[in-house]
Amino acid sequence: MATIFKRTSVLTNAPFHYCPGCGHGIVHRMVAEVIEELGIREKTAGVAPVGCAVFAYNYFDVDMYEAAHGRAPAVATGYKRVHPENVCFTYQGDGDLASIGTAEIVHAAHRGEKITTIFINNAIYGMTGGQMAPTTLVGQKTTTSPLGRDKDHCGEPIRMAEMLATINGSAFIARTALNNTANLVKTKAAIKKAFQAQLDGKGFSMVEILSPCPTNWGKSPAEAMDWLAENMIPYYPLGIMKEV
Amino acid sequence: MIKVTIYEDQCKGCGLCVRACPKAVLAISKTHLNTKGYYPVEVVDQDACIACTSCARTCPDVAIEIEK
Repeated sequence: MATIFKRTSVLTNAPFHYCPGCGHGIVHRMVAEVIEELGIREKTAGVAPVGCAVFAYNYFDVDMYEAAHGRAPAVATGYKRVHPENVCFTYQGDGDLASIGTAEIVHAAHRGEKITTIFINNAIYGMTGGQMAPTTLVGQKTTTSPLGRDKDHCGEPIRMAEMLATINGSAFIARTALNNTANLVKTKAAIKKAFQAQLDGKGFSMVEILSPCPTNWGKSPAEAMDWLAENMIPYYPLGIMKEV
Repeated sequence: MIKVTIYEDQCKGCGLCVRACPKAVLAISKTHLNTKGYYPVEVVDQDACIACTSCARTCPDVAIEIEK
């Protein structure tokens, strides 16, 4: 018998600390598998964010940095400019990338930094207890929008992938989701293309991944996947926004 | 011959694999707790498995291994 699916050695044996049904573990596995498949393990460094994925450095068995909140693209810029022959990725959530780190990500893309960003969009602040994020949907209830997000007061959710796709320095921008097997396959394919764009020296690459947060959405893991499909995908359309 | 192995102490009983499986091979245990204190997933119908790997792809804790 041949093993057709097993844990990649690019992940350490440390058990993930994430809640049951969280999307972070799925994306960690995909990123690690892509690093293994591209044969870039010995020349890859990752930058962990502040947020639920803050301990990502315990899970990836490659060189890892921990950046100040939102500043992962700046740390990755430094690494990549000193070691242009190596590969660098950042792994960031929506509080990190779309809120406190918006300036960092926009200017990293604008400068055309040859780094890859994995952006987890779960429409809420997870680690701090379920507050409203810039990506929270209109009408969505969170601990700081108990009556639902009011667009007249808080604006409408920000679409980062579309925004970064308009910037000339970006080379590959896609949005995918984790809600079913087909989308899981597409997500991994997009992550691979993003890393390939970096290897080809084309410029900045990012994959925005719609991911469930069952704990802070107040749903079971299965309900959260359905809620994602019914509510997030209509507002955050899936697909490749830019590929050069 | 297809073999699905569950590393049950990594499992948090989220049930996403049960949701993803098209052949009802998996089910969450109703009686057995793992060392984390969760009811882990169990293989209940190994013969029905078609090795599509949907369960392993959706597992957030990489707790499933499949041999064929």
